[in-house]
Amino acid sequence: MVPQQGAVVKLDALAFAYPGGQAMRFDLLVPASEIVALMGPSGSGKSTLLNLIAGFERPDSGQVLIGSGDVTRLPPFKRPVSMIFQENNLFSHLTVEQNVGLGRSPTLRLSDGDRAAVSEAIARTGLAGKEQRLPRQLSGGERQRVALARVLVRRQPVLLLDEPFASLGPALRDEMLDLVAELHRDQQMTVIMATHDPRDAERLSNRLLFIENGTIAADGATSSFLAGQGPPAFARYLGERKRLR
Amino acid sequence: MTASFPERGRITAGVLALAALGILVGGAFAGLGQEAIQSWRGAFSAFDSYLLRVARFTLLQAGLSTILSVLPAIFVARALARHPRFFGRGFILQLFAVPLALPGIVAALGVLALLGRAGFLAPLLSSLSGDTWQGIYGLSGILVAHVFFNLPLAARLLLASLEAVPADQWKLAAQLGMGAGATFRLIEWPALRDALPGVAALVFMVCAVSFTIVLTLGGGPRATTLEVAIYQALRFDFDLARAIALTLVQVALTAAIVLVLSRLGASINADASLPAAPRRSVFPRPGETAFNVSVILLALVFVGGPIAATVIAGLGADLARLAGERAVHGATMTSLLLASLSAFLCLLLSFPLVAARRALEMARGGGRAGGLERLTDTGASMVLIVPPIVIGAGWFILLRRFGDVFAFAPLMVVTVNAAMALPFTMRAIRPAYDAASARHEKLCLALGISGWSRLRLVDWPALRRPAATGLAFAMALSLGDLGVIALFGSDRVKTLPYLLFERMGSYRTADAAGLALFLGVLCLGLMFLATHWGKEKS
Repeated sequence: MVPQQGAVVKLDALAFAYPGGQAMRFDLLVPASEIVALMGPSGSGKSTLLNLIAGFERPDSGQVLIGSGDVTRLPPFKRPVSMIFQENNLFSHLTVEQNVGLGRSPTLRLSDGDRAAVSEAIARTGLAGKEQRLPRQLSGGERQRVALARVLVRRQPVLLLDEPFASLGPALRDEMLDLVAELHRDQQMTVIMATHDPRDAERLSNRLLFIENGTIAADGATSSFLAGQGPPAFARYLGERKRLR
Repeated sequence: MTASFPERGRITAGVLALAALGILVGGAFAGLGQEAIQSWRGAFSAFDSYLLRVARFTLLQAGLSTILSVLPAIFVARALARHPRFFGRGFILQLFAVPLALPGIVAALGVLALLGRAGFLAPLLSSLSGDTWQGIYGLSGILVAHVFFNLPLAARLLLASLEAVPADQWKLAAQLGMGAGATFRLIEWPALRDALPGVAALVFMVCAVSFTIVLTLGGGPRATTLEVAIYQALRFDFDLARAIALTLVQVALTAAIVLVLSRLGASINADASLPAAPRRSVFPRPGETAFNVSVILLALVFVGGPIAATVIAGLGADLARLAGERAVHGATMTSLLLASLSAFLCLLLSFPLVAARRALEMARGGGRAGGLERLTDTGASMVLIVPPIVIGAGWFILLRRFGDVFAFAPLMVVTVNAAMALPFTMRAIRPAYDAASARHEKLCLALGISGWSRLRLVDWPALRRPAATGLAFAMALSLGDLGVIALFGSDRVKTLPYLLFERMGSYRTADAAGLALFLGVLCLGLMFLATHWGKEKS
């Protein structure tokens, strides 16, 4: 596959609030091709941050810049972004091949070149032979692989992951993280991943952002966060996570 | 049956309630059957071309009503789904719930006030056609009224199926850049396809047994359905043989429809309540938005028109004089009394059925539900297959042997309306009862609380609110009904819908409009209370 460059993601004084909800504000610079982990309590704003970058939510003020362009006013399909959710990434009545093909054409009118790219991506994600399966005939891990295959054929410079492996067991999870790392080596896209699991961050990202109360409360190297050098709030958050297990 | 002691009482009560229902339906069929056997020759010869024509018209108008309701409803539902947030969306959804709560006769009057010979739109229509507008009667009138009822219902049901599509899939569609066409083909149609057969069958069923609308807007032998023909055979021609033949065809027809319905996996008392619209990411393009806005506006005018006409025509009536009329007082009192009794009876029947179902479910532990449990569960809603007119006709024929048929009017109205409201009331109280039972059952056993004290101390506090909902709902249904009372009504027993129908028949249109407004406000008020009590968490 042709190597490709990621794009810088910049949030400039981005302000947003759900009706009746807490005011959120984000300032962030992610250099091209970097992998960043977002951690923080439920409801802290991790998903909102990703939704703002993808364009599913419109900010009240501020700017979203991707690459050299201002995308703040652009609808989701005009932004150079792919996103994977925790579930429901696939249309249940379409086959694996069709679900991946949607990444090339939203009306499923595919050229021969598109078809070749689709089968290559399916092979790359270890799904060869399962092209005609329906999502319900796949395991949870396989479904997320299909979503990753679609990311591959879309070839967007930014990939957003919203707790995509939260419902998978530990071994599958590690496998998926390795797959993301491999794809990153190939395509060099910028990756922003929301997660609750410190091991995800450890395995994939050098940089970690701690989100709390609708803003980025701390920003630093993943290793130092996990070595206990993060803010006390982060330690409390991790502690709660441990007690929960 | 291995039911332990506390279950046995509840099961017995449930069986008694089922028996009461059985008597109501069985008595009607006994009346029909006996008469059919005695005068089989007459009944047989009543299968003539008239009957054939009526049956054909019944199916024709139901089929057309279904197509005209469901096809536009698809566009309305997806327009609403594509715009999850805009000013007035909540209001439109509430407005779409109004026809469901409105008595048929009020809606019929609303349609006439708008499109009748002297309707608000008559001058416009006359100048458009270049001829004097003759008013909307017959097939076209029936269709307009049926679409008025069923388009909003279908739109709400289809919207519910669209809103069940996970929010992430709408996001995905937006990110992949699907336009209106691709979104419809890949997301909306698969969701709608599953819901459509059930919705269409439900609408067809409602229209096939529609009585009030056809009675008031249909006319003559050319626009008569089986239900109305049964009524005419009994009330005007007193042609029992014909009534029997018509009833048999009607029962066979509804049974066939229900069979198809259950094959399609539809529920004949579908719930059209909507959850609050989830926060959804939809990004329609300008061209599509313009199209959606016009679809929604058209639907709004179509549903809002007759409602507005009812209000305006009603306010134009001499309300002060009407309020002082003895006939109006009498009918109001009769209506309120009969509707209250009917609602109480309905609650009295639904509570043991719900309790027995739960007791049977607990008694069997896991495994498959037994026959009796299924009877207490869905059996009650099977009442809906036997239209009230058929039950009324059966009893009419039977009671004729025991004296003055019209003297039985109060009894018939109360019991038949109670049975008709039963499935709805049961649906209101069953979730609360089952939840309370799951929480308290063991505790009650341990403490030995059972029977009356259990009802008073444990069940009633949990059921008060849903019971009030069911009561208000049953009362509204009974209050607006012009079915059994059309058969049994007389100068001695008149309800509001009956009085309204009389005034319409004697061309006292302004009076009818005033009464329609009064009746509509009463029923909507009760329905509002029912949903209000139903929504609040106890």
